[in-house]
Amino acid sequence: MNSHGFSLAGITLHAMGSGALWWPDEQLLCVSDLHLGKSERVARRNGTILPPYDTRDTLNRLAADLALTNARTVVCLGDSFDDADAARSLPEEEKLWITRLQAGRRWVWIAGNHDPGPLDLGGTHLSELPRPSLTFRHIARPGSSGEVSGHYHPKAQIRTRTRTITRPAFLVDADRVILPAYGTYTGGLRSNDAALSGLMRSEAVAILTGRSVHAIPMPR
Amino acid sequence: MFSAMTLPPTFQNWFAGKGWSVHPHQQAMLDRAADPATLLIAPTGGGKTLAGFLPSLLELSDGRHNGLHTLYVSPLKALAADIKRNLRGPVEEMGLPIRIEDRTGDTSQTRKKAQRVDPPHILLTTPESLALLISYEDAPRMFARLSRIVIDEIHALAESKRGDQLILALSRLQTFCPGLRRVGLSATVEDPPAIAGLLARHPDPCAILTADPGPPADIRMLATEAHPPWSGGGAAYAIPAVLEEVRKHRTTLIFHNTRAQAEIFFRNLWLANADNLPIGIHHGSLEREQRAKVEQAMVRGELRAIVCTGTLDLGIDWGDVDLIIQVGAPKNVKRLVQRIGRANHRYNAPSKAILVPANRFEVVECVAALEAARAGELDGDPRASGPLDVLCQHILIAAAAGPFDATALFDEVRTAGGYSDLSQADFDACLGFCATGGYALRAYDRWQRLKQRPDGLWELRDPRAAQRIRMNIGTIQDSDLIKVRYRRNRGGKPLGEVEEVFAASLTPGDTFLIGGQVVRYEGLREMVVEVSPDAARKPRIAVFSGTKFATSTQLSARILDMFRRSDWPELPRHTADWLALQRAVSQLPQTGRLLIESFPWDGRQHTCVYGFAGRNAQQTLGLLLTKRLEEIGLHPLGFVATDYATLIWGLDGVIDPAPLFDRAALRDGLDRWLAGNAVMKRTFRTSATIAGLIERNLPSARRSGRQTTFSSDILYDTLLKYDPDHLMMRITRDEAMRGLVDFGRIEEMLDRIGPRIDHVQPDRVTPLAAPLFLEMGKVPVKGSAEERLLAEEAQSLMQSAGLEETDTA
Repeated sequence: MNSHGFSLAGITLHAMGSGALWWPDEQLLCVSDLHLGKSERVARRNGTILPPYDTRDTLNRLAADLALTNARTVVCLGDSFDDADAARSLPEEEKLWITRLQAGRRWVWIAGNHDPGPLDLGGTHLSELPRPSLTFRHIARPGSSGEVSGHYHPKAQIRTRTRTITRPAFLVDADRVILPAYGTYTGGLRSNDAALSGLMRSEAVAILTGRSVHAIPMPR
Repeated sequence: MFSAMTLPPTFQNWFAGKGWSVHPHQQAMLDRAADPATLLIAPTGGGKTLAGFLPSLLELSDGRHNGLHTLYVSPLKALAADIKRNLRGPVEEMGLPIRIEDRTGDTSQTRKKAQRVDPPHILLTTPESLALLISYEDAPRMFARLSRIVIDEIHALAESKRGDQLILALSRLQTFCPGLRRVGLSATVEDPPAIAGLLARHPDPCAILTADPGPPADIRMLATEAHPPWSGGGAAYAIPAVLEEVRKHRTTLIFHNTRAQAEIFFRNLWLANADNLPIGIHHGSLEREQRAKVEQAMVRGELRAIVCTGTLDLGIDWGDVDLIIQVGAPKNVKRLVQRIGRANHRYNAPSKAILVPANRFEVVECVAALEAARAGELDGDPRASGPLDVLCQHILIAAAAGPFDATALFDEVRTAGGYSDLSQADFDACLGFCATGGYALRAYDRWQRLKQRPDGLWELRDPRAAQRIRMNIGTIQDSDLIKVRYRRNRGGKPLGEVEEVFAASLTPGDTFLIGGQVVRYEGLREMVVEVSPDAARKPRIAVFSGTKFATSTQLSARILDMFRRSDWPELPRHTADWLALQRAVSQLPQTGRLLIESFPWDGRQHTCVYGFAGRNAQQTLGLLLTKRLEEIGLHPLGFVATDYATLIWGLDGVIDPAPLFDRAALRDGLDRWLAGNAVMKRTFRTSATIAGLIERNLPSARRSGRQTTFSSDILYDTLLKYDPDHLMMRITRDEAMRGLVDFGRIEEMLDRIGPRIDHVQPDRVTPLAAPLFLEMGKVPVKGSAEERLLAEEAQSLMQSAGLEETDTA
């Protein structure tokens, strides 16, 4: 697997190149900020008509990660849908696809700031998911520990000999991990933004995602 | 309408009072005032603008015209302001009852509003401001009484999509006022009928009038004690000689091909400027106030020289320029001739110009350009037919103005020069794109952008979308520029702009050049690069988005022609000897053949392809050939491209190069390999922005958190994967024939060489290939190089930070 292992609250987790987080002991796959239905919301709100293939592409990648890990539990860390209307107007075909992915495994939708209400899709809807040692929630809470969250769409930049490379990244310190956005139509917030550097300890690490994964001291 | 051949007394007296007589071309413009379209070709100055405006001034002189009479469009805001000053002179002196105003991006909102309600007689504007005007519901009323439109510097507009947008706007205006007459003013161009065809309503005729071009220019190449270097573009060797010329003349314009070169040259000039001659710098990335300061100083005659780029190409009257220096090969004879026309245009004296080749090969190029300029042979590419991304924007503009009939709009668009051959299918594809996105997957039935009403007219689904369309009007791409200013404790003065990619590569303490000053990067605050002054000796060079011009097809052909001569008395000795040695060791490239040299050097095998296809095409050729070499297992390691050749190095040598130049294989490479290339993504972004798929500007009320915006590369990748035949992908592939990819020049080269490939295999580097080893901008070939670089860098960072490296599974 193209991933980088690290330890949080005594538990071994793997940051995958796809942007998903894998907890091997629990056979749990966690993804954040899928933003399904984004192109639909943009069209509805702004009138700009983006290629309507983002949901399909996000689900394609999620299906590949599920096939790879055969996860028993899936946790979607919030902002799974771009908004409530986007969730409602998801094409029938894509709703069925989600249902197929859910078959035979536990599926948890954590509420994000974009998608607060419950949905007419299978799975459990929670505001947060506490597990022994780890808590899954959408937005990081300062002062907590053993926390897995998303929301910020972190990305990190690294300057190599020949050029600067920016990629979506996991941010990890002794208290928490913040996941990058998994959705196809998502941008990123640089790790040196005050919102992130204020949240993470000084020894935090950024794990860059992509064809291969690389951990670096979090740029701040 | 005015129809007499002679001027009324007011005008005659005014001319006489100035000691002037009416130029023959001014009279000719009066005689043709009733024509539907007229193109005037005249050198800068020489009363060209007055020639364009005289019929308007006459028609307006009786004070009986109400409302807008003449619209003047120029490529530059500054030019509109300049013309306003120059035109108000005669109007006031003759006491004519004519109101003249300008309207550009700099005009205040209040003023703009007032102009729509009560327009002046003569309105001076730019293509973008005009496109905005026709997007308002009240456009038909505002333009109802319009009689004439004068397009200045139409040759410059014709070179870009701004020209297409302008002519589409004209097709709308013509519908509002069917009697509208069009006048184009142009500098000397290679193909006047092409410009006339763009200007006139299709299929109206368009007379072409040519003013006396004046005496031939006095152009020469700079002779220096020091030899030009083998490579590079700085021309630092010529600094003392250039300073000497500046000393001998009143005002010198020193043109450069790129902003970066202008910055370096200005700094070197300043370091050598022992006499403290007042010299300024002017280019498009500098802060507006700073540019304005230089312009004012120049008009007042306070500057002895200005180091500049193409931003000074257009016909603003900057004062008494008596010498033009072109640093670096001119790349294009037409541009050279137009630049030279900037000198001495007030007097009937020959313009004076000096060419400064930056390196040894450019000596050849400069001599070829000199010969072409003297022979009056100008170059240029034929205009491509009207681009569809601009048409998409035009359809959105039409929708912003109100409901429209698709058939009527199609017929109207086909009266625009570049679009006279537009097919119904292409128009429908553009309309479909604007309405529903035109995707293979129909997903936007509820939220389409345009919808058809029961009466058949098309309109915006959400009328509020009109504001967003207006905010994104235009075809100029100034994407991804970031402002640079001094830190607040240093006064916070704005300095200019750099590309975002350059800004992203800076770390605090780095130094770079901007506006001739060395500054130190302090940090990024609210998307502004903050700097402080620094005395570093070796600053980095900022990346500017200014275009890198490729040597024109015609100039490349001339160079190849020169290579056929038996000797070269017209070249400096050092350069002639160099060519003769190349002929003795290998051969010189020839017009109808392709020379390829393969030789070992420094433990690697090198192959040099002398395609003479221009920088961009040679770069693309490098990408395609190295991919092909990788496939057949020759392990290429990298390449470098110039205007005339691509040098490739690798572990194994090329034995038989002919199959590499199979047209189908190269085409296939364009479709398969280049599709994922950054250059294609950049091409896509430009077109997608023009077509309205990507919005550069959003209503300021909508706060844009950075994590909500995402890169246009994602849209490109998504379309490539799920909808590769989409209109935007088709437009991107069409654009790849020109511009950064320039595949059209590769095809032109293949046509030219046919099967005639000469493969020479000397045992060492040849004289003509040697300078390529010194070229900047080598491109490493990387399969997995990026991942390896990342791994190296990550490991060393973790180590130096003392952080424990966990296992990567």
